[in-house]
Parts: sequence; structure tokens; C-alpha cells
Amino acid sequence: MSTATQNSLALEMPSDTYLNSSYGVKSWFLTGDHKRIAMMYVVSISLMFLLGGVFATLVRLELLTPAGDLFQSDTYNKLFTMHGVVMIFGFLVPSIPVTLGNFLIPIMVGARDLAFPKINLASWYIYIIGMAFMLAAIISGGVDTGWTFYTPLSTQYLTTHVMFTAIGILIAGFSSIFTGLNFIVTVHRMRAPGMTWFRLPLFVWSNYAASIIMVLGTPVLAITLILVALERGLHIGIFNPALGGDPVLFQHMFWFYSHPAVYIMILPGFGVISEIIPCFARKRIFGYSAIAFSSIAIAVFGFLVWAHHMFIAGISTYSALIFSFVTFLVAIPSAIKVFNWTATLYKGSIHFDTPMLYALAFIGLFTIGGLTGLFLGAIGVDMHVTATYFVVAHFHYVMVGGMLVAYLAGMHFWWPKMTGKMYPEAPAKLSALIVFIGFNLTFFPQFILGYMGMPRRYHSYPPEWQVLNVLSSAGASVLAVGLLMPMFYMLWSLKYGAVAGNNPYRATGLEWQTTSPPPTHNFHEIPIVTQEAYDYESQTEEVEVVG
Amino acid sequence: MSDSQTTTLQAAHQHHDPSLLVQFDTAFQQKDASQFGMWVFLITEIMFFGGLFGAYLIYRNLYNPAWVAASSSIDISLGAINTAVLICSSLTMAMGVHSAALGARKLLVFWLVATLALGSVFLGIKAVEYHQKYVEHHIPGANFDFNYDRVEKGEKPIPADVATQTSIFFALYFAMTGMHALHMIIGVGILIFLIYRAYNGAYPPHHYTMVENFGLYWHFVDIIWIFLFPLLYLVSRSPVH
Repeated sequence: MSTATQNSLALEMPSDTYLNSSYGVKSWFLTGDHKRIAMMYVVSISLMFLLGGVFATLVRLELLTPAGDLFQSDTYNKLFTMHGVVMIFGFLVPSIPVTLGNFLIPIMVGARDLAFPKINLASWYIYIIGMAFMLAAIISGGVDTGWTFYTPLSTQYLTTHVMFTAIGILIAGFSSIFTGLNFIVTVHRMRAPGMTWFRLPLFVWSNYAASIIMVLGTPVLAITLILVALERGLHIGIFNPALGGDPVLFQHMFWFYSHPAVYIMILPGFGVISEIIPCFARKRIFGYSAIAFSSIAIAVFGFLVWAHHMFIAGISTYSALIFSFVTFLVAIPSAIKVFNWTATLYKGSIHFDTPMLYALAFIGLFTIGGLTGLFLGAIGVDMHVTATYFVVAHFHYVMVGGMLVAYLAGMHFWWPKMTGKMYPEAPAKLSALIVFIGFNLTFFPQFILGYMGMPRRYHSYPPEWQVLNVLSSAGASVLAVGLLMPMFYMLWSLKYGAVAGNNPYRATGLEWQTTSPPPTHNFHEIPIVTQEAYDYESQTEEVEVVG
Repeated sequence: MSDSQTTTLQAAHQHHDPSLLVQFDTAFQQKDASQFGMWVFLITEIMFFGGLFGAYLIYRNLYNPAWVAASSSIDISLGAINTAVLICSSLTMAMGVHSAALGARKLLVFWLVATLALGSVFLGIKAVEYHQKYVEHHIPGANFDFNYDRVEKGEKPIPADVATQTSIFFALYFAMTGMHALHMIIGVGILIFLIYRAYNGAYPPHHYTMVENFGLYWHFVDIIWIFLFPLLYLVSRSPVH
């Protein structure tokens, strides 16, 4: 908004913020401040994202030509495995909750901090230890099971560093459990006076729903990985058919966590979009309670669909039918959200600032990702496209087109709150455009490739598929440019960016009522909430004064 | 809430007992939040053990004859004694929480030491049981042989395929009781810490949430055993009809 830039000339950084309250390494590494921990997480997950991106680049480079000429197939197996493991457990699962969630949830509910600051700090250290195990596995030669660790491949046959990777994921899981636990207790017990459940911002609702999944799902992954480790280390036989064990049981236990984990990744993204759309449409969100409850519905239904990953694994027809049916049910709460966001736009006064561009991209890309998920939930189509690039394209539309785009939308939206500085608008808009184009160029051809039958996880393919693969690889390089740009101009803005002021977008929500950046305990005086969350319509258009 | 109330809250916040952490407004909120947090943590624990219970149920149905043979080979009397020991330790723990609420420091220390003693007895008996299984070659892995000493003991060897399947029972037996024992060991560690702190008077009647939360944890670990004992020792001894 141009007014923000004009006024910012007169704005000054607040004197007492969480960033300048104390200095030195110890004041960060031993902090209990949720905002500092969030910033430490921003740095750590960005590094993991870059690492995962390097593996993705190598994968796309290999697929430029039909012959497997750049890497041996064993090396290629390692590359896509490590891309998946690093991206999912190092970036996507923690992403929005540990950064934006950590920073914003206490402020949004009107609290001085999360309920358990020490546990919050511990969760960061646990995450770092988990990542250290993963990095050790990567440096010492990597792992090639695929990110799913299917048994008995992972327990009997492979000699790569499965154990280290599994331990790393197990440890990182506890970090996730602690974050979820902290959010749940904070939302229940730490709300400011007047902050009722139905005045909570939808970002809080969706992170709350994601926390429920973290708390209920992650322990099952933990015990599954412990059994895999025991099986691999001591040959106990629970998943080994030679000893009477059942490998499909592993798949059940793995997907019991890993399907809901998809919703851990996407639900917080929904929350970001629910904040941005009303702000830049200058309109009250349409269907607040429908969006709030649909988050909870997704968390609940999400636990009842896991076997749709296993239609070809030999599960019974009846259970396949039921899992397919429940999969279709999950589409309902997801569609409720999309329709409500669209209805919010209707007759809104829409401003195309960078966060809004990302948010609009999210709606389109997530819808494609979600609808192709229904193709895969239908047993017949699933049989046809299982383990092809159709699946790869589908989940990248949800994970990258959905989650990553939502993360970028949120990082732009709250960057002024987190740092006190505005990101530069022109390059930011450009990056949103480049990401959108690059993303579609990368992954849309993969839908076609998958439908034609190109299997995933192979380093070579028949020459007639080269054109689409070249398009995809070209798109990946465009996408990489779009994703690297924010890293540079965000860092640039820390020093040279315009001072943002407390509320550069004239947004509602408690986080915009405190200073940018907020003081250590978030508010100089704990606010008393008297209004609903998205009261944009009572703001008259003439009030353009910022701060 | 009126302005005057807010001022009171903040005033109360500025000069009060140091045990009230900065993010909380009142001691009640602090106690309430940490207890709620403990309950959420226990729910994660239920899911953790739930995975094992699920695997147990599936294999019990698949391999019932192996389950009967393997379950019958476990020492029921040691398991029963351990169950009694653990239930008593829950009683002493509850008495400890009660003493903390009353502000009886010496009693609190006494009950915590009693809990520690009973917990250690449980772990000792468990170690004896594990050793028995080791001697009988019933630990899954390279040395596993269910029929190893059955002939010497005057029992009929069971068919080879069933004997192989018993290793799944024992894998789950060791995973389940092992995870339970790990929780006990962690509990014993925390107990030692609590005893030291309680002796120094760290848990006055208005600030003993730590003891209460640990009590919840200890009872939870106890309840896990209350499910493990019948599943592993009792109900699988006779075949399903």
C-alpha cells in the first residue's frame, strides 16, 4: 500500500523490542522468548530447505535427459530419498507452526509468552539434534529407502544409513510433539480477557488443529521407527515376512502418522491464507465458524484415511472402499475453506500486495492439488497412476503450491511485524509471479507424464517423454530463482528496508496493536478484547493513517 | 474485565512470590496450565503405546497357537508380584501428593522414597524375568530358539513354523515391557531428583505442581502395566475359540 511507504518516512523503530532487549550469543541460545525461538527456527528451517533444494536440483538435472547418464541409479535413489526426508521432516512439518506460529500465537491470543517457554526452547534444540543425525547420515553416504522407509527393504536389504536417518526423524518428532503441546495449552489457558474461542484469529484455529495431529500422530511414528530400528539392529522380525512378520503392518503404522502429517503441513497454511484474504479484501471473512470447524474436521477425518496410500498393497477390497469413501469426505472441509475465501473476495476492495498475490496463488494451486487428490482417492484411478509422476505432481501441488506458497505469503505478511522493516514491494511482487510461473511449469507436465505412465523414482525414462521432462526441469530453475529472491531482499530489508510502523496493512488482530517488532513480553499492557477477529468493515476507508 | 481489575492483575504480577513465572497472571493459571500440559503429554504416551497394542492385537489373531505357547512360557507368579508391587507404588505416590498438599515435608520425602523403593523392586524383578528369557533363548534375534530347553523341562517341542512365530510374540513382549521399563527408569531418575528437592523444602503447599504432575506420570506408567500384564501373561494362555 502506497500510504504505508509514504508514512513510513516519518516512522521510527520502537525503542524497546524483543530484538534489542539483550545482546550476545547466550541471550539467544538460552532465551525463553517465543519470538527469538521463532527467529532461530526461521534460520534453521531455511537452511534445511536450501539443502533439500540442492537435492531437488540434482534430481531435475538427471531427468533432463532420458538416459541415466549423470548419476548411477543407486546415487539417484539416495538423492530423491534425501530430498524427501530433508524437505518433509526438516522443513515442511515444522515450517509454519515453529516460525510464524511460534512468533504469533502468543501475541494473537494476547499472552506474554507460550505456556512453557523452556519446553519451546528445548523443542528447538531437539530439532537441531534430530537434524544433526540426519546430516550425519547424509554426509556419511546417505540413505536410499525413499522417505517412506518401507519394510523389509529398509530393515533387511539396504546397507545405507537407515538407522541414523530414522533416529534423526524420531528425535525431530519429539520437537514436533513439544510444539503441539505448547500450542494446545497456550490456546486453552493463556487467552487474554475477552478473547473467546470465536474471537480467535483463524490462524490460531488452524494451528490448534495441526497441534492436535502433532500430539496424536507423532508418537505413533516414534514407535514405528523404534520398531524399524529394533528390526534392523536386532532382527526381531515384526515386519519381516521370513519370520512371520507383516510388512503391510509397517505401512499401516507409518501412514497412520504420515497421512495426518500432510495436514500438519497444510493446516497452518490455511490459517495464513485466512488472515491475508480478509486483510487485502478489506472485508470480514466469510463463514468464520465454518472455516474454524473445518480445520478441526480435517484434523479428525485426517486420521481415518491413511490406507488410501495402500490400495495396491494388498488390503481388502472392503477396507479399500471405506478408506476411499472417507478420503472423499475430507474434501468437504477443504472445499469449505476454498469457497469461503472466494466468497470473502466477492465485492471486496482487493489490494494486490505481495502477501495477497501469494495467497491467491495458493487458492488456485491448492485447489488443483486437492482435486487431483480425489482422483487418487478413487480406487480405480489410483490403481492406474500409483507410483507414477501423477502422485508426485499431486503432492507437490499441495506441499509446494500450497504449503510453501502459504509460508512465503505469511513470511511477507508478518515480516514487518517480526523485524520492524518492510520488504521491498517491487521485487517481492516479481518473486511471487516467478514462483507461480516456475511452479506450474515444473509440476504441471508431471501430471501428464504420470498419466502417461512414467513411474517415479527412476533415473532414466523412454525418450518420448523428454520434452515434458525438459519443461519440468526448466520450470524448476525458474522456481529456484523465485524462491532464492526473497532470501536476498528479505535480508537486504533488515538494513535498508523502510520502517514498517505498528500496522502497515491496517489489519485487525492483536499482533498489529503492539509495536513492530514487539517488546519482549509482547504488550506493554495486556489487551482486553471486545471485538470479533476480522472487523474490517467498521474501518472507514478515509482512515489511512498508519501506526 | 474492567480497567481496575487489569491494574490489580498487573500489580499482583509485579510483586509476588518468585515461583510465579512471567507469562502467567495468577498462580492458579500457572498450576492449571502445567497440569493440562501434563495430561496432553500423557495422551501422546497413550498413542505411543497404542501402536504397540495395535500390533499385538493383529498378531495375536494371526498367530494364536504361537501366542498360547509363548505366553505360557512366561513366569506368571513374577508378573503377578510385580503387578502388586506397582499398584502399591501408586498408592505411596498418591500419599506423597497428599502429603505435599498438606505441607508435610518429611512425610512427602518418606512416601517418595517408598515409591522409589517399590519402583526399583519392580525393575529388579523385571531384570530377573529378562534373564530367565535370555537363558531360555527366548530373546528374538540370532540366538532365538523357542524349543531350546523344552525337552529337558519335559515339555513337548512345538512345530517349527509356530516356533518361528513365537519370536513375534517375544519381539512385542520385549518392545512393550521394555518401553514400559524405560518409562519406569526415567521415572526413578525423576523421583531421585524430586526427593532431593522435597528434602530441601522446594514443594510448599502452594507450589507442588511438579510433584502432582509426576504423580500423574507415575500412575500412567502403572496403568500401562495394568494392561500389559493380562495381555502378555494371562489372556493368551488359552487358545481363542
